Amino acid sequence: MSMLELRQVSKSYGQGDTEVHALHEVSLTADEGEMVAVMGPSGSGKSTLLTIAGTLEEPTSGEVLIAGQPVGRVSRSTKARLRRRVIGYVFQDFNLLPGLTAAENVSLPLELDGLSARKARVPGLRGLERLGLRERAAHYPDQLSGGERQRVAIARAMVGERRLLLADEPSGALDSVNAQTVMRLLLDACKEGGMTAVVVTHDAQLASWADRVVFLRDGRVTDQTAAAPGPESLLTPERNQ
Amino acid sequence: MSVRHAMLALLSEGPKYGLQLREEFEAGTGEVWPLNVGQVYTTLHRLERDGLVESDETSDEGPQKGFRITAEGEQELARWLRTPPDLSSPPRDELVMKVLVALRVPSADVHAVIQAHRRYLVEVMQQWTRIKEDDGADLSALLAIDAELFRLDSVVRWLDAAEARVNRAAADGTLPGADQASTRNQTRAPLPPHRREMRIRR
Repeated sequence: MSMLELRQVSKSYGQGDTEVHALHEVSLTADEGEMVAVMGPSGSGKSTLLTIAGTLEEPTSGEVLIAGQPVGRVSRSTKARLRRRVIGYVFQDFNLLPGLTAAENVSLPLELDGLSARKARVPGLRGLERLGLRERAAHYPDQLSGGERQRVAIARAMVGERRLLLADEPSGALDSVNAQTVMRLLLDACKEGGMTAVVVTHDAQLASWADRVVFLRDGRVTDQTAAAPGPESLLTPERNQ
Repeated sequence: MSVRHAMLALLSEGPKYGLQLREEFEAGTGEVWPLNVGQVYTTLHRLERDGLVESDETSDEGPQKGFRITAEGEQELARWLRTPPDLSSPPRDELVMKVLVALRVPSADVHAVIQAHRRYLVEVMQQWTRIKEDDGADLSALLAIDAELFRLDSVVRWLDAAEARVNRAAADGTLPGADQASTRNQTRAPLPPHRREMRIRR
C-alpha cells in the first residue's frame, strides 16, 4: 500500500510577472517500508515537494494522500494530529527549540500529543540512544555540534514510531561515516519497522541507500532508477578480466 | 590495481601457496576484485623471473608449490607503497567524451545524455551500497566499496557541474551553436584556440 502519494501536484508562488512555478504536476508514490530518495540540484523543487508531502504547505493544484487518505480537505487540527502521530519531519536547519535539552526536544511531539513529560521521556531517551546520543540527553542545542543537532532532529522525527519520515538533506552536517550510520538506521526502520522514508538530497552517496531514486529538475520529475540487479552482479569474476 | 604488488604484499607476511594467495587476495579486497588462478600463476612466474620471489625447488608445479618474497622483492614493495600513482594526466574518459560530443551533435539532447549517465551511476552506487548494508562486511570490503562509491560519486558531481555549466552557457548564449534556440539542436562550432591545444591523454 502507498503510504504517501502525490497526484499531479503543482505549486506556484506569486502572481503575474513574478509568478514562480516551484513544482509542475509532480506525481510520486512511496510504499510502506520503502525508502525513496529525491535527487536534484538547488532550486529544483525538492524542499517544496517535501513540505507539501508533510502537509506543511498546500499545493496550488493536485492532491496529497497519506495512507490512502486525501489530506487536502481535512481540518487544520487533523493535519496537526497527522504531523504529531504519523509524519516525522527532519528540517534542513534542524528546527530544535533552544530552551529545551536534547531529550526534551525529542520527547516534545509525544508531550504535544498528550503524553506526560515523564512517560514521553522514556521513548525520547531510547530514540537518542539509537542515534548514539544517550550521553548528550541533558545538553541544550547550543552545546551540541552540528552533526549532533542533526541526529537529535532525526530522533525527534522518528519518536513515537511515526510511519512516514520526510527528511530534507538529513546528513548535511554529518561526516561520511556518521551519515552512513544515519542512513543505515533509517533503512532499518523501513525494512524492519515498516516505516516509509522520503529523503531529499543532492548527494548521490546518500541517495544510493534508497530503494528508489527519483530525479527532480525544474520542478518536474524527469527520471527514476530502475529496480537494480542484485549486488552479486558486481562481484562476478568476468568484470575483472 | 597492481596484482603484482598485492602478491608481494601477501608474501611479505611469509611463504604461501598460489591458491592460498588467490584466496587471501580476494578476502583482503573484500572480494571486490576477484582473481582467476591463471592470473595468480602468471604473475608469480613473472615475479620469479624478475628475482622478486622464489619458489620451492623441490615441489612440482601446481597448487602445493610454495612461494616466498626475496630481499629485492621487499625493496620493490616498499618503493611501490610510497610511489603515488600517476594522476597528473587526465584519463581518456569515455563518459566525458560522450558529453562533449553530445554538445556538438545537432540531434542530441545533452540534458538527456547527462541524465542517462547519472541514472546509471546512481544505480551502480545502489548496488555497492547494498553490499555495504551487510553488517558482516569486513574492514577491507568496506574500504574497497567506499573507494568505488567515492569514485562514482565524483562522476555524478561532475555531471551535475557539467549540466549547470551547460545551462549557464545556454543562458549567456555562449554554447556552441548558441544561435539556435535550445540545447537540443546544437550546430558544430570551432573550438577556441586554447581548447585546440588541449590533448586528452590516456
